[in-house]
Amino acid sequence: MNYFSDRWHDLLPNLGDLVVAGLTQGAIYALIALGYTLVYGVLQLINFAHSEVFLVGTYASIIVWGWIGYAAGDGNPVPALGTVILLLGAGTIAASLVSGGTAVLIERVAYAPLRRKNAPRLIFLITAIGASVAISELVGELTNRRPWGVPLLVEPKTQFVIDPGMSINPAPVTNLQIGIVLSAIVMWFLLDTFLNRSRFGLGIRAVAQNEDTAALMGVNKDRVIMLTFLLGGLAAGVAATLYNLKIGTISFNIGFLLGLKAFTAAVLGGIGNLRGALVGGLVLGLVENLGAGFFGNKWIDVVAFVILVIVLMFRPTGILGDSLGRARA
Amino acid sequence: MTTLKERYYAVADGVRKAEAGRQKWAQGLRGRWQSIPKPVRLLAGLAGVVLLFALPNIAIPGIPFRTDEIPNGIGFSFVLSTIAIYVLVAVGLNVVVGMAGLLDLGYIGFYAVGAYTVAIFGSPDSIVATKYPWLICVPIAIALTMVSGVILGTPTLRLRGDYLAIVTLGFGEIIRLVAVNLRVTNGQRGIPSVPAPDEAHVDWNVFGWFRIKFDFDLDIFTPMDARPYYWLALVLIIVVILAVRSMERSRVGRSWLAIREDEDAASIMGVESFKFKLWAFAIGAAIGGLSGALFATRNVFVNSGNFNLLLSVMFVAAIVLGGQGNILGVVLGTVIVFYLPERFRFLSTKRELVFGLALIVIMVLRPQGLWPSRRRARELQDRKLEAKEAAAGA
Repeated sequence: MNYFSDRWHDLLPNLGDLVVAGLTQGAIYALIALGYTLVYGVLQLINFAHSEVFLVGTYASIIVWGWIGYAAGDGNPVPALGTVILLLGAGTIAASLVSGGTAVLIERVAYAPLRRKNAPRLIFLITAIGASVAISELVGELTNRRPWGVPLLVEPKTQFVIDPGMSINPAPVTNLQIGIVLSAIVMWFLLDTFLNRSRFGLGIRAVAQNEDTAALMGVNKDRVIMLTFLLGGLAAGVAATLYNLKIGTISFNIGFLLGLKAFTAAVLGGIGNLRGALVGGLVLGLVENLGAGFFGNKWIDVVAFVILVIVLMFRPTGILGDSLGRARA
Repeated sequence: MTTLKERYYAVADGVRKAEAGRQKWAQGLRGRWQSIPKPVRLLAGLAGVVLLFALPNIAIPGIPFRTDEIPNGIGFSFVLSTIAIYVLVAVGLNVVVGMAGLLDLGYIGFYAVGAYTVAIFGSPDSIVATKYPWLICVPIAIALTMVSGVILGTPTLRLRGDYLAIVTLGFGEIIRLVAVNLRVTNGQRGIPSVPAPDEAHVDWNVFGWFRIKFDFDLDIFTPMDARPYYWLALVLIIVVILAVRSMERSRVGRSWLAIREDEDAASIMGVESFKFKLWAFAIGAAIGGLSGALFATRNVFVNSGNFNLLLSVMFVAAIVLGGQGNILGVVLGTVIVFYLPERFRFLSTKRELVFGLALIVIMVLRPQGLWPSRRRARELQDRKLEAKEAAAGA
């Protein structure tokens, strides 16, 4: 008993901070999870290489910032607001394009030939692993396996302080944290609108529901699948830029764990469901940070995976549960 | 003007003939092997086994297959013993993945449980410090891994396919992280002085009735020479392969096959799918535990760095590459995946890049693996035909 009350006393004062940190981390999970969930919704395929789609995005935005003249550690002062917006826009666009392109490339090289052969799903997983290893190692070779720094573009400034009173310490919320969470919500909203309102979105939903019928109705299945990968890649690019701003250093091997967490988030929310990816990401970030606050920081990843196992055992369809094909179809 | 239907049949027929022609060569090879009289086949197999045992001492001038013949190469017998241990892992994983068709991506967890059990109960430097001899640790390790297999399997085997893959992936990572963080396993610093298989230092007083005292060290297994470990691993591999093969041909094996090909149909025909899936999991886990125990004593030292998830994924890749379901194919795949990177060390860091690309190319060209089981190959062939016929019909 003593153990738990001690832990509780450790946790309680930091509760506010943990919630804020958890939501921020969760927003990044959510953005990556969108890619997993889109592809899974359409193809029932775990795109194991999606973590590397995210990875190339992080490098792309740093490279573009370098071209514009902002590299890590060159002593540049934090740029003015206009420049920041320009830089963020350029970085996000570059990351999204590179990530989207990589996702489509993976689809064409590693998945499309197998789809034509109607291979079992296990084989897709193996080529996905191959693609994941190859991309991450290629990036490692190109960067000499050294971590890269990120230029300081946004000075974290406290915008407001959440003060819940009682024995909980007041938690400051920075502009960066607000921006990250808002971006995730906006990105989800854009994707959701695209899926539900546009012609292409209709095609995606049709293929997700029943590929053969969709083909009979004149939907080009191959194009829809490529589009799905592209959309997932775009969201991963946004996640990559935000991750750069939040973490500040990147290296060629960050993809694996982050990808696994994002997949956990997608499953947690209900895989194949965009809203589920958002909710799952935020919940995962929140719970794992609270768990880390309770059990100690070194258990943070264990908490995340235990949650995954528990969710799959008791509610394999996730929190929200319905799939892309059936969602408001 | 032919009708659409006629054209469809013509195309489907052509596809079938082309596939049959392509299969002929491999089948011819297999057929020729089968037509050799049995005693000769047995003799040839025996010669192969003898060759395997002699392998650490063989060097052929002109064919530098030994890993210590290249610059910066690692001792050949050490590499061989590592590969042999991994082959044992792969044979165990093949029971789960290849025979029962359950995708287990966290198999390394069982391997880790086996290795840590031996280290914790055997090493004088662990917290427990029971100092059991290796031969006593091994059954404990096997029992514990079987139990952990059942504990993991009971809730998760009701899930299907990909979900199972991800839960097992999570399980493998949890085991590793627990090993990093717990005091018993001592994290990155690890547990040193794991006992060798041929030493025992025991002085037990059993309930005060009688005393068991052993104190010997034959010094056959030493850290200087990895060959005895390689030979021990080979013996274990042969025993395990024989056991698994006979299981494959028994009622249990046929149930696995039925579950793998169509679980619903199997259940309807009265196969207790959950029970047999759990058996596959437990047996696979036990073999994983055994190989972990072997690994711990070969390495003398066990720490959390030995059990990362990528290795687990590599095992699955090795099995699928070699040809899941076929034990010899699996052995071939494992040797390729773990030997080639050692042999081609001069590619240094680029070898993993090459490995990733090779994995894609091979799987795209040969989804059934390099040396598949006949039945598996036929299943895949069927699927391919269906796809082609559907395309031709559309």
